[in-house]
Amino acid sequence: MLALLTDRLGDLEIAHDSLQEAYAKGAVTWADAGVPDDAAAWIYVVARNAGVDRLRRNLAEGRRVATNARVLETAVADADAGAVEAAASESRIVELSEVSDEQLRLLLLCCHPALSQDTQVTLTLRLAGGLTTQEVAAALLLPEATVQQRVVRAKRKIRAANIPLVIPEDLHERAAVLTTVLGLIFNEGYLAHAADAETLTRADVADQAIRLTATAADALPDEPELAGLLALQLFHRSREAARTDRDGALVRLADQDRELWDRAMIGRGFRVLAEAMAQRRLGPWQVQALIAAEHTRTSTNWPRVVRYHDLLLTMNPGPVARLARAVAVAEVEGPEAALVEVDQIEGLESYHLAHAARADLWERVGDHAEALRAWDRAAALATNPAEIHYVERRISALQR
Amino acid sequence: MKYLLLIASDPSLPSPEPGEDGFDEYMAAWSQFDQDLNEAGVNLGGEALQGAETATTVRHHQGSTTIADGPFAELKEHLGGYYLIDVDTLDDAIGWARKLPVGTGAVEVRPIFPTDEF
Repeated sequence: MLALLTDRLGDLEIAHDSLQEAYAKGAVTWADAGVPDDAAAWIYVVARNAGVDRLRRNLAEGRRVATNARVLETAVADADAGAVEAAASESRIVELSEVSDEQLRLLLLCCHPALSQDTQVTLTLRLAGGLTTQEVAAALLLPEATVQQRVVRAKRKIRAANIPLVIPEDLHERAAVLTTVLGLIFNEGYLAHAADAETLTRADVADQAIRLTATAADALPDEPELAGLLALQLFHRSREAARTDRDGALVRLADQDRELWDRAMIGRGFRVLAEAMAQRRLGPWQVQALIAAEHTRTSTNWPRVVRYHDLLLTMNPGPVARLARAVAVAEVEGPEAALVEVDQIEGLESYHLAHAARADLWERVGDHAEALRAWDRAAALATNPAEIHYVERRISALQR
Repeated sequence: MKYLLLIASDPSLPSPEPGEDGFDEYMAAWSQFDQDLNEAGVNLGGEALQGAETATTVRHHQGSTTIADGPFAELKEHLGGYYLIDVDTLDDAIGWARKLPVGTGAVEVRPIFPTDEF
């Protein structure tokens, strides 16, 4: 909707403001009269009229609004023609066919390389994802004012520097930026932090990431990494119900109740991944999806998981990737071999999962004193309540 | 829409001097860029600057001025030249900035304040 309005009005800020105005009007009107059957068309018409009003006002004040004068003329002329029915049917057409192209252009604008990565993430959630400022702030663990400021600054730059809402020539390069941003959003939702439960659950952020990634992957079928990311997200999300127990503590993969896994979502993940792999252009997201896929099987083939991690390290070297490999090595060569490997990795001193991994390995070796020391460090560094809960439980089990 | 392409590079990096090997190729790349800009009809002018050691800065402070030797910002990369171009969008401007035969350096792309704002 926002993408279409921006296209028709020629200005992102005016489109965004007008859409918010329309939603506000809708909330008031529908509270009395009930939600109309075609709410989307209603919103579109109201927003477009509001947008044209804003364009007219700006025009009357002699201010430059649309960088493309032709877009402005078309928008005003369209509104003068005045056919609400035409606009309503336009909105329906958008829902059916244009939506993936419009959405893609908006996503690519939000992830334009002329914007900082923080801004790309914020804009994608706020404009393409349609979250409120408050929800974005909760998802990213930022003050609302920061989110607001990022959006305002970004809109100002988009307008002043005339960043276009187009399918760019260097689409492949731009798709890579988009994939990175969608991956970051998913990590925020799934792995990094627990969002503020009152406004938004972590699952909501992950669902938003999945929805946006599915839209992007649909619109860009020649980008197997986008599909790889989507498959990875689906595999992770399918286990959400089993990831925490009744007390809110984390449940390890090996201990999860597999009955709670969403089999349909896993099936969708496998289909998406198979289609991506058929293009024979492997990348780190596809390899991570392969690893996640392996973990959905009844018995995990650990030597294969180690090989996938080796492959991933050639694409994406770094201490966190090495840690993940070491954890897989424990299942093949035993905890002693894994500990040797973990202790060789530098740069993980303040990463709580590294200490948790070492603690678990020391426990398996049988050295409870070393294990306790490592668990304590993990507890001190963890921020996610479910993870803290889990670590505390492991500590008290050891002390018993 | 007008954009200024500000070209900066590190003066300590070697670049071919007149008469040296590779100088003709170096100059040819810049001529080619000029020609491409002209053929696209987007060139509003551009110049190369003499080295930052020739720069003088006139600093204004509350109505009075001081004059000092050197560029206004002491950076590793020095402003070496510019192009003013007229293209539709930032993507087009970035496209030209990428085509500049800079070798190693940076190009800042700045939109020009539109005069019809006033």
